[in-house]
Amino acid sequence: MWTAVLTGSFGCYALKLAGVSLPQRVLDDARVQRIGVFLPVALLSALVATQTFTTGQHLTLDARAAGLAVAAAAVLARAPFLVVIIAASTATALVRALA
Amino acid sequence: MVPDVRTERDAWTAERAAVVRDAVGIGVATGAYALSFGAISTAAGFSVAQTCVLSLAMFTGASQFALAGVVGTGGAASAGVATAVLLGTRNALYGVRLAPLLRVRGVRKLAAAQLVIDESAAMATAREEPRAGRLGFWSTGLAVFVCWNTGTLIGAAGASALADPRTLGLDAAAPAAFLALVAPRLRRRDNAAVGAVAAAVALASTPFVPVGVPVLLAALVAVGAGLRPQAESA
Repeated sequence: MWTAVLTGSFGCYALKLAGVSLPQRVLDDARVQRIGVFLPVALLSALVATQTFTTGQHLTLDARAAGLAVAAAAVLARAPFLVVIIAASTATALVRALA
Repeated sequence: MVPDVRTERDAWTAERAAVVRDAVGIGVATGAYALSFGAISTAAGFSVAQTCVLSLAMFTGASQFALAGVVGTGGAASAGVATAVLLGTRNALYGVRLAPLLRVRGVRKLAAAQLVIDESAAMATAREEPRAGRLGFWSTGLAVFVCWNTGTLIGAAGASALADPRTLGLDAAAPAAFLALVAPRLRRRDNAAVGAVAAAVALASTPFVPVGVPVLLAALVAVGAGLRPQAESA
């Protein structure tokens, strides 16, 4: 686990340092800009899907789906970040307790 | 006529106060968000010390949530690290934009690099005047750094005292966090399309590849979409 913590931290810092050291020119390429915008969107969307609907290598539908639905409603209602998290966790815990 | 020096100075004093006030507000908000990171990270199996080192050294929220999320659902640590680093690429793009504004060298450059995150980049580029932009960067970066690390410690210590985080539904906290992070970006139609395809690719590949890899395959969707020839001039 420490290896993951340290290599991940090193990688993220190296990217930040590379950014402030690189010439502005690299942003001239429209493809670089587009991939830069799309990459976090793709990764975060994939994380939402897999963390809600999979367990190991299986597709599953469980109490987490209720949590995600509540989170989506909270996001649409422009609730603050922490409210979204707490609402999702509480909904999941409730569904689990009732099941 | 000679410009009124006093009025100009007063205006700068007022703007400086406004910039710092915004920075502190953003810091406090991310501190609350750090509570949930601390809780999710310890629920994923990281120790309190490892969780705190992540916030100090990695110091970029989405990447930290991703690492904890992938490892917490049984993914290989290497897949978690790869996802975290890929998410960190946007900080490099921010850095390229900020460099001409910050004009830092040596030790200050090493420190500035660590503070390049969503919030500091947004606050630095939101200001018209360069000195206000620089102040926005440093004050937001430092306020978030202090609050983020304090919040992480409290969240991690609090959650590690719990017997089973699942009874509190904490396994749903990570996807909710990712949803809240991605939601503002989905208003753009091309982003929404990329997000939908990426989620579909990740779910479809889940039964066939090791845990954690589906998210990395989804990254290819972003690369493919970015390289696609554009019809309109965006």
